[in-house]
Amino acid sequence: MFEIVKREEMAGGTVILNEIAAPLIARKAKPGQFVIIKANEEGERIPLTMADTDPDKGTITIIYMVVGKSTALFKTLNVGDGYQDVIGPLGKATHLEKQGTVVCVGGGTGIAVLHPITRALKEIGNRVIGIIGARNRDLLILEDKMRSASNELHVCTDDGSYGRPGFVTEALKEILEKEDVRQVVAIGPVPMMKFVSGITAEYNVPTLVSLNPIMVDGTGMCGGCRVTVGGETRFACVDGPEFDGHKVDYDELMKRLQAYSEDERRCYNDFCRMEQ
Amino acid sequence: MSEKKARKETVSRQAMPEQAPEIRRRNFAEVPTGYTAETAVIEAGRCLQCKKPSCVEGCPVNVDIPGFIARIAEGDFKGAIRNLWTRNSLPAVCGRVCPQEIQCEGQCVLNKKGAPVAIGNLERFAADWARENNTGELPPRKASTGKKIAVVGSGPSGLTVAGDLIVKGHEVTVMEAFHKPGGVLVYGIPEFRLPKAIVAHEVDFLERLGVHVACNMVVGRTVTVDELFQEGYDAVYVGVGAGLPRFMNIPGENLIGILSANEYLTRANLMKAYKFPEVDTPIPMGKNVVVLGAGNVAMDAARTAMRLGADSVKIVYRRSRDEMPARTAEIHHAEEEGIEFFLLTNPVQYLGNDQGRLTGMECLKMELGEPDDSGRRRPVPISGSNFEMACDLVIVAVGSGANPLLTQSTEDMTLNRWGYIAADPETGKTTKRGVWAGGDIVTGAATVILAMGAGRKAADSIHEYLTWGW
Ligand SMILES: Cc1cc2nc3c(=O)[nH]c(=O)nc-3n(C[C@H](O)[C@H](O)[C@H](O)COP(=O)(O)OP(=O)(O)OC[C@H]3O[C@@H](n4cnc5c(N)ncnc54)[C@H](O)[C@@H]3O)c2cc1C
Ligand SMILES: Cc1cc2nc3c(=O)[nH]c(=O)nc-3n(C[C@H](O)[C@H](O)[C@H](O)COP(=O)(O)OP(=O)(O)OC[C@H]3O[C@@H](n4cnc5c(N)ncnc54)[C@H](O)[C@@H]3O)c2cc1C
Ligand code: SF4
Ligand code: SF4
Ligand code: FES
Ligand SMILES: [Mg+2]
Repeated sequence: MFEIVKREEMAGGTVILNEIAAPLIARKAKPGQFVIIKANEEGERIPLTMADTDPDKGTITIIYMVVGKSTALFKTLNVGDGYQDVIGPLGKATHLEKQGTVVCVGGGTGIAVLHPITRALKEIGNRVIGIIGARNRDLLILEDKMRSASNELHVCTDDGSYGRPGFVTEALKEILEKEDVRQVVAIGPVPMMKFVSGITAEYNVPTLVSLNPIMVDGTGMCGGCRVTVGGETRFACVDGPEFDGHKVDYDELMKRLQAYSEDERRCYNDFCRMEQ
Repeated sequence: MSEKKARKETVSRQAMPEQAPEIRRRNFAEVPTGYTAETAVIEAGRCLQCKKPSCVEGCPVNVDIPGFIARIAEGDFKGAIRNLWTRNSLPAVCGRVCPQEIQCEGQCVLNKKGAPVAIGNLERFAADWARENNTGELPPRKASTGKKIAVVGSGPSGLTVAGDLIVKGHEVTVMEAFHKPGGVLVYGIPEFRLPKAIVAHEVDFLERLGVHVACNMVVGRTVTVDELFQEGYDAVYVGVGAGLPRFMNIPGENLIGILSANEYLTRANLMKAYKFPEVDTPIPMGKNVVVLGAGNVAMDAARTAMRLGADSVKIVYRRSRDEMPARTAEIHHAEEEGIEFFLLTNPVQYLGNDQGRLTGMECLKMELGEPDDSGRRRPVPISGSNFEMACDLVIVAVGSGANPLLTQSTEDMTLNRWGYIAADPETGKTTKRGVWAGGDIVTGAATVILAMGAGRKAADSIHEYLTWGW
């Protein structure tokens, strides 16, 4: 069992942080890598990016949004409980390079994934401009952490309840207009990554995105996670999860993410009914 | 002909009792239900106890076939299983899944008349008898040598290495990437052909012998082979299988509803998705299902789809019936269960709707031309024969390749041009000191018994190395 040593609720309980004892993984994990987590015998294998690691303490941190049956089940686990299986670190680590000015754009729980990458980019000497967004103030996560991880931070909310009103793409556009940006890293909902990539393509700025297709094993043996990048099929779990944002077929990814939506809804509703 | 032989030949091959096709096609319980002790003794009595038993040559690990069968004929079932164990550590598995018709039974002298001794059924009987009458008996273990071995991969080859080395007094840890041990035996081969309880029993047996099984260890990621040596392991066996799925590389392949057999079978078997929503992993419930390929993997996928409630299941294969690589028994079972065969047919593209879901497949008819490199007649497309086949689920079972996850992270280990590990066929030694490899990761997708045979040779070689040096 992999014990939960710390648990926090964020964004009004819709986002949960777990720090989990997983010493072997903590020792090896690098920014951008993920784990696969299974709660119990009947559980699903769920991929989640590591938001942080502490090799000395032997722990990893995950931050997940409650969206369906498995994440709702995870939410019921408290400190002292644990997950039956945690597998990792999986996927390729982010390729980090000192380039000058870099913009890191995060939306929703993507911010949790973006944070360790932002921090590392700054540590190796880049000037990092962060842009984070959420639908409204209550759903915004990790603002403080992102502020200390970047040299400059812009916060946007769709409804204008906090920070700058509007989408992250608008803030990004302004920065691209006035700064010599060498790279953009965008992590968040697929439509966000699609729009960011559309804009950075206009400005010819290399863009890294982190893709989240449906996965099973996470080791390249099922092909369920296939995405089209530059016209070629790639397995996101081993070839990614990060790819050149300008080459990704986002529309295909969005469709594939719906593969099981009816079943998932049924499964989640059953679970909610039982919890009541 | 001697009188004894003549008398034996009047007894016909004992049929294996099976669930009726119309019932079993909708359930996941095992299809053949096993011989009773009486039937086993009768069947064992058919063996002529040949002085030069050709059957043994047909078995890749040379099981002493007349020997164990003689024990069954005498009613000494314990003696039979002890005999089997000396050559084969997984008889309950092999008796069920070996392609006997091209191995042991194919070489049996009685096969000339088309009714070889049912060696597989008898092997299964002896192993099931031992499991059901569990004595808890363990083979003796030699005094500890203080040597540590890491076995990477818990498929049949890894389990064989672990079993052989633990009794020789070494300390063995099996590292498995998945959350459950067993390799293809748990994630690939379905419950109705190989109940998972049997695999669990074999793993439990190894654990009771002292083997440490560490799941959730992706070697190459969680730990590398070089780090294993730094941590004090004296030898490493790599038995990671051939788990990389192959696709057709034709237009439309990423539509929703097209899955590799690996994904489909992993969801169904390892994740038990056939019980969804009782378990949390979903699986596509195809109404009109097409399976591409005609090997064991394809038959397993097709029969799983039928059990999940499909209206129709079609096997689409570009060659003819004679070239189908699956075990004869499974082809037969599939046909009985109502699976249709579209032979000499090849897909050229997938068709989908605006939600990105599969709606059909365009195919071409083929005919057999000149023999190719494999000696089989090459299928050639008949131009203008295009036609459409409606389907909402396609399972691609056209073969697999070498997964590079471990090999890429391991230096000085030579691979062949297909990415499989180069290993000495007699010893399993790789080009990297202290590292052995065997099973599908060396040969490419093959059989359970060949993977076990490779494991046995490597275990002998590892033992020799730990005793005498490289
Ligand atoms: C590499 C990677 C990293 C991720 N990191 C994070 C993270 O740090 N935080 C976070 O909140 N989410 C992350 N996700 C998404 C997360 O895996 C899904 O939200 C989760 O699987 C939903 O499961 P569920 O049963 O709760 O919901 P369901 O209702 O079953 O599914 C909701 C939606 O999630 C997606 N999904 C379902 N099953 C899977 C699966 N097995 N693999 C991937 N996606 C699936 C589908 O689009 C589905 O429609 C990541 C995904 C990937 C592939
Ligand atoms: C659906 C199906 C049906 C089949 N039917 C038959 C049959 O009827 N008869 C027959 O004889 N053969 C059959 N085969 C073939 C047979 O199962 C294989 O040849 C055999 O299992 C190979 O054994 P192995 O030990 O080499 O590898 P595998 O059984 O593939 O086991 C390898 C194990 O290594 C693990 N692994 C992989 N990478 C890593 C890593 N980096 N770190 C740690 N662990 C790792 C895998 O998860 C897996 O558990 C079938 C195969 C399939 C897929
Ligand atoms: S191991 Fe396989 S090939 Fe050998 S005797 Fe048993 S069933 Fe036949
Ligand atoms: S060849 Fe057939 S009859 Fe002869 S010993 Fe083997 S199983 Fe018995
Ligand atoms: S999740 Fe199975 S290959 Fe990527
Ligand atoms: Mg789910």
